[in-house]
Amino acid sequence: MELLYFGSKGWGDELFIAFLMTIAVSLTAMFIGIFFSIIFTPLKLSKNKFLNFISNSYTTIIRGVPELLVIYLFFFGGSGAIMFVASMFGYNEYIEINAFITGSFAIGVISGAYSTEVFRGAIQSIDIGQFEASKALGFNKYIYFLKVILPQMLRLALPNLSNVWQITLKDTSLISVTGLVEIMRQSYIAAGSTRDPLFFYSFAAFLYLILTFLSMKIFNKLEKTYTRGPNGF
Amino acid sequence: MDFDLMINSFPKLLIATLTTLKLLSLSLIFGLIIGLFFAILRLSKNTIFQKFAYSFSYLFRGTPLLVQIFIIYFGLGQIEYLRSTFLWTVLKEPYWCAIIAFSLNTGAYTSEILRSAFQTIKPGLIEAGKSLGISSKIIFYKIQIPIAIKQSLPAYGNEIILMLKGTSLASTVTIMDLTGVSKYIISTTFKPVEVFIVAGGIYLFMTFLIHNFIKFSEKKMGTN
Repeated sequence: MELLYFGSKGWGDELFIAFLMTIAVSLTAMFIGIFFSIIFTPLKLSKNKFLNFISNSYTTIIRGVPELLVIYLFFFGGSGAIMFVASMFGYNEYIEINAFITGSFAIGVISGAYSTEVFRGAIQSIDIGQFEASKALGFNKYIYFLKVILPQMLRLALPNLSNVWQITLKDTSLISVTGLVEIMRQSYIAAGSTRDPLFFYSFAAFLYLILTFLSMKIFNKLEKTYTRGPNGF
Repeated sequence: MDFDLMINSFPKLLIATLTTLKLLSLSLIFGLIIGLFFAILRLSKNTIFQKFAYSFSYLFRGTPLLVQIFIIYFGLGQIEYLRSTFLWTVLKEPYWCAIIAFSLNTGAYTSEILRSAFQTIKPGLIEAGKSLGISSKIIFYKIQIPIAIKQSLPAYGNEIILMLKGTSLASTVTIMDLTGVSKYIISTTFKPVEVFIVAGGIYLFMTFLIHNFIKFSEKKMGTN
């Protein structure tokens, strides 16, 4: 237990900051993922074959390739790609992007592929009568989307979004390979310097369990709030 | 684009794919046994067994696979007692540590898949079996298991693909699997995009094969 003291004696404060870092990376990645799915879900549902193809390749490739490989691509290729773009604008200095941005972007891209599938599924499971009814009532496109489709879609997507969040949360442990000090990396450092890997990795597992447990509770509550109404619908 | 590098690294990556496939198949076999065992415990009437099986699956599904590998590979070696037993011959090998971690992890997910498959079997089928005077052992082997396998195929297919991706974590404990070799080539050549295309292509091809194999078996078994 001495190992968990706060201050210079133990690793308590370092691990606490790492714990917050994991939450920060997961939230950032989840938002980046939702942003991606806002772009790719309409492409997936559009009638244009080419747009379909783009969006399908995104979700198939990202969901079929290991997360670690995607992270290596962004970690080793990220600054190269940014420098290439910058050089087109005449900036030729070396640019280094920090581990937080690369990491959350990489996990965000992965999480986005899963969210896209979730939103696609949700929209497709909305009763077709709803689309027809709003057309018959003469709603314009935006109102019909914002007031009729979006609320139902979010409600249907919530349980699966909770799964995506859990996947995203657990994937952030992989960013430790890029050197970002989150739970896994901090435990690695602590385990190395105290020669007590069993304790620190078990403690890391415990921290992740707290996170997954809390997020499950929060999502269950959200689901209860949003599925009120007739037939639980 | 450096096409020479892509062509040169392809055979190396293919050899590494064999390691990935070995890791995958062994973990799946052990995982299936573990999963079946815990699914049966979960469905038993004894609450202690139920709770034990539930906490097992909760523990392994609630923590990242990376932590599990690290605990088994770095952590267990710390226990002096283990070092003196025959288990140490297994646990000192990163290869077996990875397989143990993967098997336990996929076992936890498989137990959930099988449990829900057993629970969706209509009680009428079991009652019908009983009223025909079939012994409960035969009901289990001839009625429950075949239906449960059918029910769980689509979900299990996903689990196989997740596990294929999971084997990439073996590279963090010094095993040179497909991801490990890719990382090595990337860090020596600094050409991430080319290597990603080749290695990613191999992974996608395997995912494609697994996906189609599951679809084919679903069709053969007549699930819809």
